[in-house]
Amino acid sequence: MTATVMQASAADNKRPFDGKDAKLVLAHLLVAFTALLLGGVAGVLQGLVRGGMIELPSEIGYYQILTAHGVLMALIFTTFFIIGFLYAGVSKTMGGKLLGVVSRMGWAGYVLMTVGTILGTIMILANEATVLYTFYAPLKANPFFYIALVFVVVGSWISGYGIFTQYRYWRRTHKGSVSPLFGFMAVATMLVWQIATIGVAITVLFQFIPWSFGWVEKINIMISRTLFWYFGHPLVYFWLMPAYMCWYICIPKIIGGKIFSDSMARLSFVLFILFSIPVGFHHQLMEPGIAPVWKYIQVVLTFMVVIPSLMTAFAMFATFEQTGRAKGARGLFGWLKTLPWGDVRFFAPFMGMLVFIPAGAGGIINASNQMNAMVHNTLWVTGHFHLTVATTVALTFFGVAYWLIPHVLGKQLTPRMNRLGIIQTIIWLIGMFFMSGSMHTVGLFGSPRRTAYTTYGDHPDAVFWMPYHVAMAIGGTILFIGVILMFCNMIALMRAPKGDEKTAAEFPIGETADAAEPTPKWIERWGVWVGVLVVLILFAYTVPFGDMLVNPAPGSKPWVTW
Amino acid sequence: MSRDRSDKEKDTLKGTFTSVMLLGGFIALSWLGVFILFINR
Amino acid sequence: MHIHRLEKIWLAIGVAMLFVFLGVIGVGAFAMGMQPPTGHHTIDPEKVSETYPFNNPGLEQVGENEYNAYMIAYAFGFKPAKMEVPLGAKVHFQVTSPDVVHGFQITGTTVNLMAVPGEVNHYTYTFDKPGEYLVLCNEYCGAGHEFMATTIIVK
Repeated sequence: MTATVMQASAADNKRPFDGKDAKLVLAHLLVAFTALLLGGVAGVLQGLVRGGMIELPSEIGYYQILTAHGVLMALIFTTFFIIGFLYAGVSKTMGGKLLGVVSRMGWAGYVLMTVGTILGTIMILANEATVLYTFYAPLKANPFFYIALVFVVVGSWISGYGIFTQYRYWRRTHKGSVSPLFGFMAVATMLVWQIATIGVAITVLFQFIPWSFGWVEKINIMISRTLFWYFGHPLVYFWLMPAYMCWYICIPKIIGGKIFSDSMARLSFVLFILFSIPVGFHHQLMEPGIAPVWKYIQVVLTFMVVIPSLMTAFAMFATFEQTGRAKGARGLFGWLKTLPWGDVRFFAPFMGMLVFIPAGAGGIINASNQMNAMVHNTLWVTGHFHLTVATTVALTFFGVAYWLIPHVLGKQLTPRMNRLGIIQTIIWLIGMFFMSGSMHTVGLFGSPRRTAYTTYGDHPDAVFWMPYHVAMAIGGTILFIGVILMFCNMIALMRAPKGDEKTAAEFPIGETADAAEPTPKWIERWGVWVGVLVVLILFAYTVPFGDMLVNPAPGSKPWVTW
Repeated sequence: MSRDRSDKEKDTLKGTFTSVMLLGGFIALSWLGVFILFINR
Repeated sequence: MHIHRLEKIWLAIGVAMLFVFLGVIGVGAFAMGMQPPTGHHTIDPEKVSETYPFNNPGLEQVGENEYNAYMIAYAFGFKPAKMEVPLGAKVHFQVTSPDVVHGFQITGTTVNLMAVPGEVNHYTYTFDKPGEYLVLCNEYCGAGHEFMATTIIVK
């Protein structure tokens, strides 16, 4: 039996979703979208303050809501949505329901992460943790803020083990078959996450927690920063890979086509495993304490992680073109007209793909060693990740929500909901055009990120930036309308009319194109990939990190400067 | 002959290739723009 | 594993482009002295103001129109508070922090470095245009972060 046959048929896509698993998926999405709403409130306030349009009441600090925005959006919205989405697809494609033990792991992870989220949010609201979501030492938050992060990360680990368990069970019961593409990619994503979070876990458990409790007096800054960024870059691939899963697996089905190449899709995820981790120094290019040659080596490795995205770009266009031509499209770009522009399940993720073109180009600029001086810690970087995570990833996740929520509940995606989804997507794009466009431009002029309203004593440079900050505030306000509409849409999706076999929303799982060759078995040699990754990590980090350990800079006492 | 043509038309990925080349060109131009700015500062 | 002919061409072109970028920045960094800020030069953050050369922050002439600039980035300001640099001067910046992590960015230039407590960061820049340059902190450092700025006058 080939991989293609093992993957879901059209009938499988429509088959009702397991009721128990539906609760687990929805529980994750509820926290995700609540975080999005709260994070959105924080975001619009920031935009208006920086644009000089409002002033916050004295009890609330700008940097406090900035911390809330970053934590809730970048860590909580993404992680909860991703785990909910992955569990849904794993249940769908690997057995039709989660094993009892997997379901229990999913719930255990959910409870831990939710407890961590609530505890962390309380700390931020109490102004005990105004350290931003990167929590750079020696800014010292309340120890319980770090403990809250431990809850979130450990919870996500347990959820990851659940996915691995279901995958192993499937492999054991389907000897000789290639696994479903969704399962393969879910495992790859969670593998990146498990290996990446080791860095942040070490710095939080062995440096931040003992130091914030006062058990040790000092903290080594460069070691903590290096461990953080060992985690910080693969973090962004942990956001991106599930979006790519939607593109590779779901989009072909939605547009009525086939997956261009199952093998190449898997190969791109293998490359993400190998190259998304040993690259953290490209966030530390402007720092002392790291020899230039090691910065450059990690810059080279960073450029290698561009390759799977180049592959993905080709695969997406090829899927669109093949589908269009099968429908009779002619000419160079005739296939564009055959795409289902009026279907939010396609439209929102497609716009995400389109935005990834400038987002990716910006990323290559950021990582270009000395050129990073042009953009480091300026609003350009904020503009950059509002394209990557807050548009490419977010719009793809929104697009998924429009079918995932009704599907797990056996409900319909009504034409009205679909229309609201299209409107939501357009609002998002307009808001982001103004906000991220201004951020990129004014960032190149030098305006710093993470800074409250200021004109630096009316210095002409800073005065010149103000109109851009106003445009950011306008864009941010439009985006806030988009957040509210998305939250309302999510509630409406949960209350949509029941569907039957014909009308219920389907879980779109694409089939591989007939012409594509069978997937080679070696692609699932996880041991090999992890082995190569370990070698790459040791190569990229042993000497520079060893130097930090052997010749440490004097440590720092804790500081609370807010 | 005409059947051959339509088959070719069906399997071609020339639109895809043109699209990714445009994408590559966009990346190169953006990078070059910032590089020139860097050199001039 | 089968890869479409056009995909092979695309990947070859794309990867070649990446290596051209890497080549350009590699040659710039290692052959033409355009390295990012660097240095592994440690200092006790609690003793910055007693440690040479930061016990006397400011400009020190080291050659013909060539200077060392020793600067301290602290919450929430810079020492020295005002600095004048002759036009065309080559300035070797050395920056550190006695408290939390700060940024040291001079707008309109390529000077953009992290001031990390425990380390001294180094970067060289030649001021070819006259003017009053804005120096600001671009790394969040606390409640007064947005007030942390100074100027360098080049004339």
